[in-house]
This record gives sequence, C-alpha cells and structure tokens, in this order.
Amino acid sequence: MNFDDTPQEAAFRAEARAWIDANAPKHLHDQLASAGYGQSPLASGDAIAESKAWQKKKQEAGWACLHWPKEYGGRGASPIERVIWQQEEGVYGKLAGMFIIGQGMIAPTLMGFTSEEHKRRYLTPLASGEEVWCQLFSEPVAGSDLAGLRTKAEKDGDHWIINGSKIWTSGAHYSDHGMILTRTDPSVAKHDGLTMFFFDMKSPGVEVRPIKQVNGQSGFNEVFFTDLRIPDHQRLGAVGNGWKVSLTTLMNERMSIGAGMPTGFPELLDFCCEFDTGSGKAVDDPAVRSRLAQFAVRTSGLKFTAYRSISALSRGQIPGPENSIGKLVAGTTLQEIAAFAMDLQGPSGVLSEGDQATARARFQAMLLRSPATRIEGGTDEILRNIIAERVLGLPADMRADRGMPFNQIPTRTR
Amino acid sequence: MDFDFSPDQQQLKDQARRYLDDHCSSTAVRAVLDGPQSHDAALYAGLGQQGFLGAAIPEAYGGSGAGYGELCVIAEELGRAVAPVPFSSSIGLCAELLLRAGTEAQKQRWLPGLADGSVIGCLALAEQPGRVTPASLSSTGSHGRITGTKRPVTDGDIAHIAVVATKDAGGGVSLHIVDLQAAGVQRQVLTSIDPTRSQAQISFTGAEAEPLGAAGAGWALLNAVIDRAAVLMAFEQVGGADKALQTACAYAQERFAFGRPIASLQAIKHMLADMYVSATLARSNAYYGAWALQADAPELAEAAATARVSASQAYQHCARNNIQVHGGMGFTWAYDCHLHYRRANLLALQLGSLSEWEDRLVGHLVAKRHAA
Repeated sequence: MNFDDTPQEAAFRAEARAWIDANAPKHLHDQLASAGYGQSPLASGDAIAESKAWQKKKQEAGWACLHWPKEYGGRGASPIERVIWQQEEGVYGKLAGMFIIGQGMIAPTLMGFTSEEHKRRYLTPLASGEEVWCQLFSEPVAGSDLAGLRTKAEKDGDHWIINGSKIWTSGAHYSDHGMILTRTDPSVAKHDGLTMFFFDMKSPGVEVRPIKQVNGQSGFNEVFFTDLRIPDHQRLGAVGNGWKVSLTTLMNERMSIGAGMPTGFPELLDFCCEFDTGSGKAVDDPAVRSRLAQFAVRTSGLKFTAYRSISALSRGQIPGPENSIGKLVAGTTLQEIAAFAMDLQGPSGVLSEGDQATARARFQAMLLRSPATRIEGGTDEILRNIIAERVLGLPADMRADRGMPFNQIPTRTR
Repeated sequence: MDFDFSPDQQQLKDQARRYLDDHCSSTAVRAVLDGPQSHDAALYAGLGQQGFLGAAIPEAYGGSGAGYGELCVIAEELGRAVAPVPFSSSIGLCAELLLRAGTEAQKQRWLPGLADGSVIGCLALAEQPGRVTPASLSSTGSHGRITGTKRPVTDGDIAHIAVVATKDAGGGVSLHIVDLQAAGVQRQVLTSIDPTRSQAQISFTGAEAEPLGAAGAGWALLNAVIDRAAVLMAFEQVGGADKALQTACAYAQERFAFGRPIASLQAIKHMLADMYVSATLARSNAYYGAWALQADAPELAEAAATARVSASQAYQHCARNNIQVHGGMGFTWAYDCHLHYRRANLLALQLGSLSEWEDRLVGHLVAKRHAA
C-alpha cells in the first residue's frame, strides 16, 4: 500500500510538469483557481476560445485524451499516467469542462461502435477540441425512464429521418456533432426498439434552444428535429441495439463525472478558517467543527475510493458500477456545504452577486447549481438503484411496462 | 500508487476469516452474550497460537513481526465476526504502549504473553463521565504506588495487566504498568450495552506500579497510541459494517411481502444502497489509516481521525438499518442483528467518542492548512 510513483511514473510526472510549466496559459491561473462550483471557469474573457486553445495545444503535444490510442489523437498512456496528468494539470483542467461529454462518454461509444474510417475522421478533432460533441438522450417525457424516449427515426433508403425533441443537452449551442438515441421500432418492447446515430449539428432540421436554468445560466438546451436526415453509415451499433450502445455511454458518463467530483470541502474549510462569526472564527465553534468533520470524511472517502479504483484499474481490472457512489455522495455534499456556509453568513448569506456577497458568492453559486448535480447523468435515485441491483445484487424493480410493446405502454394521454 | 492490501495480506485476511468462521460463529458469540464469562478464552488463545495477535509485534518479543497492514486485515475480520475478545485493549493499546514506551525489560517481560494471548492487557484511563482530559483524572501515583478508581475499563475484569494513567502534582499525566493480581487492586464487573465485551471498575489503593515512559510524558504518548489503536478499531468497525450490510441484503432477498421479495422495494433498496455508500467511504478512509500506520507517516493523526469518524458512523448506520430491514424480527434476541447494534455503539465510544474525534480531525486539518 503506497502513494509513491514508480520510477517510470516519476519520470512521466516530471515530463508532464515541465511541459505544463512551459505551455500552460498562466495568465488565466488566478481566475481559474478562484472559480467555484457553478461559476464560469473564467470570470472575464472568452471561456470557449481559451478552452479550445489550451485543448489544441495539449493535443498537438500529445497531452490530450492520454488513454486513447495514438492513431486517434491520444497518447496510449496507462490509467495511472492519466491520473498523474490530471494531478499535474491542476486548475488548468477546469478549461476541459466543455469537452468532458465528448471525450469521456461519446468517444468510447464511437470507438466501440463505428467504422475505422469514422474513427479516423472524428476522434482526433474531438481530442483537440476543434470539434465539440453533445449527447442527445433525455426527452421531456423520458428522463430516468430513458428507454421511454419517443424521438422517431424512420428509414428512407440509405438515410434515416429524425423527428422529435431532446432536452437537457449540455453544450448543444456550441457543439459541432451530436450523438442521438432514437426509437426505430415502437411495436416492440421499449428497450428493443432503440437505435443510436451521430450527426452534424449544423444539418438542416436541427434547432437548438437554450434552457434558462434555476441559476440563471444556460448550459443545457432543448433540441428540436424536423426531418433531420442522417446517413445510415452514421448509425452506431445494429438497428434495435441502441440501448446496449447507450449503456457504454452512460457507464462512462458516471465514471467521468464521478471520478473527479468536487464536494466543495476545501472551499468550506478555507471559509471557516477565515470567517469571523462575531464570536470568533467559525472554525473554532464546536458545532461548526462537527459539520466540517462530517464533510471532510465524505470528501476523503470519495478521494480514496477513487484511488482504490485507480489501483484496480492499473492491475487490469475493469471499473464497474461501484463508481456510481462518486456523484451520489458529491451532489448531496455540495448542496449541504453551500447551505451550511450561507447559514454561517447570516442575513448576508442571501446576497449572490460577486462583489457584494461573502466569499465571492461561491457558496450561493454552488447552492443554485447543485440541484442539477443530483439529477444530471442519473438521478440520486437511479444511482441508488444501480448500486442496489448491480453492486449488491438485489432484484430489479418490478415494472408495469415490462415486455409490453412500446406503443401500448400506458401514458397520461393513453 | 498501489492503494490496496498486498496479495500476502489478502491471503492472511482470508485465513483469518476461515479461522473465525470455524471458531467464532454467532453461536460462540452468543455463548458469551448469554453466559457468565465475559470473553471467549479458547478463541483468544487460538488467535494467539495462529499468530494473529502478534502480527505487528517484533519477533524479538514473541510476535511474527509481519506488520501493521497485517494487523489491520485481522482487525477487520474480528469486527466482522463480532469476536468476543480483548484484541483492541490488549494488542491495540497495551502492546502498543509497551512497544513505544516500555523499557527493554518491560517489553521482554510482557510482550511475548500479549502476543500469544496468554497475557491480557488493558488501558485504565477514564474515571468519570464526559471527555477524558488530564484535568478529568484524579488518580495519583508516587514512589511506585498508585491510588485511584478507573471506570469503565474495557476488558478490565479479564486483564492480567493494566496501563494506568495518573495525574501528577503539576497537572501532567504519567503512565504505569500494574499487575492486576497484586495487592491493593480491587475489581468489579460492570454491566454494559454489549455483554460480549467486558467492562470493569478497578480501584487501586496504594497498588504497586512500575512507571511506563517518562514521568509527565503520558498524555502525548497516550494520544499517539490512541491514534494507532483508532486505525485498528476502524477496521473492526468496517468489518462489522460490511457484515451488517450483507446480512441485511440476504434477509431482504429471502423475506417476501406484498407478493415480492422486500429487496425489490425501492424504500428497502435505497436504504441498503445508502448503507453500502457509508461502508465504502469508511473502508476507503480506513485504508488511508492503514497506509499511514504502515508507513508511520506524518499524516497518521489526521488519517486515524478520518478513519475513525467515518467508521464509527458507517458501523452505527449499517447496524441500525440492518435491524430496520429485518423489521420486528430484527428486534428479537434470537436474530443476530443486535450483536452488531451493540458492538457498533460500544466501539463508537471506545478511544473517545465521535464528537471528540470530529474535533481532533478538524484540528489536524486546520493545522495542515496553516502549514501549507
């Protein structure tokens, strides 16, 4: 049991550190370091342009998507090397936020289910950030019950015609390509009639409308399809096999979301050490210390659970559904930490504008963003089902629509 | 980075589990729960003969010198089995105190017996309700004699020797080794929430005592050893939490209600998933403690407090919800749920309570932040 680098790992770390030191956008360092959860990585300037610039620089030098094969724009690095890179990249990693879905979730699906020609065409620009991808799964009537989705895909010669709408599509407004799960056969059981495709977001028949969120930002979108045409060679997996293909994406989603999930604890500890409640520093209050300790052990528990996963990965074991705990624990903790820090601020805790509010409004931003964390990419409840069924081996939920043809499943209107 | 136990340590863990499956079934635990004896003497002797007790005691003093990682995996299995043995008192505290502060003669005299289980040691520290601080002690010691009353002393009625903390005239704390068979020692068994571990009151009236470590240096030594013992206890708690979770999962699958196994009901599944989350966080935090203990790392105090807070909560959470999943059956003496419920709540108060460990943890985190 040790945290030490092997000589090869130490050499890799030194190389990564030297490259970052020579190439990182240091003028952004302070802004990135002070950006809190739910706040833009850059308080001023063009975050998208800066993100793309750093990503391209990394990819050209072989420091993007490290675990991907070299021929697709990666480095062919080991899982441990990828972790070392993340540690060394530090705050500059916040610039990669807009690429996570494409690189972390869609790319594994492309690697598993598309032609060699497509892999060569699409993966390198995905790694370099020159092309951004979004994932179109959820629909207004299909959230946790994703397999209940209704967006139709109908065959027309060597094309498919797509009609319907998607919702909660992160980054659709700046994406170049999309991966979409559709219904190709409504007459079979819901999981059996789905098919996955990818397409150009600039195609005719695609309309993106940003959603104004609780926190006033618009990271998510609605996307509407009117006779969008997708060539059959952009189908991922067999017709009717879309559910299985989507599981690859979703498992990677939970892993990439869960692995590096912040909980807000370091920020809370800093705040409690500096903030004077009127009767001394917050951190000296026994009630505050008790809450701090609770948040601390959840945070370190997640960190060391991730270290155990990384160790398993480096021994060649495949990470499984046990990674679902990352987002489950982090989401609730973020929400509780935000409310707790604001409670300490008293009446001023309600203020949410950067220069008027306490601690640059970071806890207010966290409060208003964290409800989404507990929903996106699998709600807390879905994650508990996954843990119960796939980790603990408990029986699946009994479903009223089991085996029923999709077009006969009861709905509010049917 | 390799954040897991080695294959040899895993093998030892399997070996300990098999031994305990054979020698510490719930029938054996219940014999102590229901019977007059306050520990399983045959089991404890067996653990000594197997070399489990002396895993971290050097060969020169009768142990195997294997190491602390080995001792952690053994502690986990003892916790899983709810073993009615004085492991934490005798090995986690007494042997550690001797190893760190004993003279060569003291080590030679006591460690081989502690390692093979023929000698049981305990720590006589607390005197009154509330947090134990130097100010809370009123026992005194001078010229090789001690006087005072300690209560409760875990395993105090079955121990052969005790490390006793006394307060000096200047307010400092000194430690002594006392042979509990000696004159001037009176013991009384106390009733506790967990009859599978003994509690006693020990009164010393001018009892003969040998100093352990330098006079007045006792408090710092105690804190250092309690940190080490806390890591081992966290593993006991992690083992217990894991077992309580497994028991609850098994029962939920075999118990049918409303025409289906109750494990298919989300209210039950989600409760079990939350138990898994607590148990997993606690295990990962305990591994941090194991790393620090094995490496004798500067982070040991922080790691021990982290492991301890996390493990106390996880075991209490899993033990109480194990009863909840069992419904009314879980509240019967006949089902084993209460063995874990008792042990979880006992262990949460050993070596200092949860709120005390929370306070210690934050103290370490703040100190680290100031140092950075």
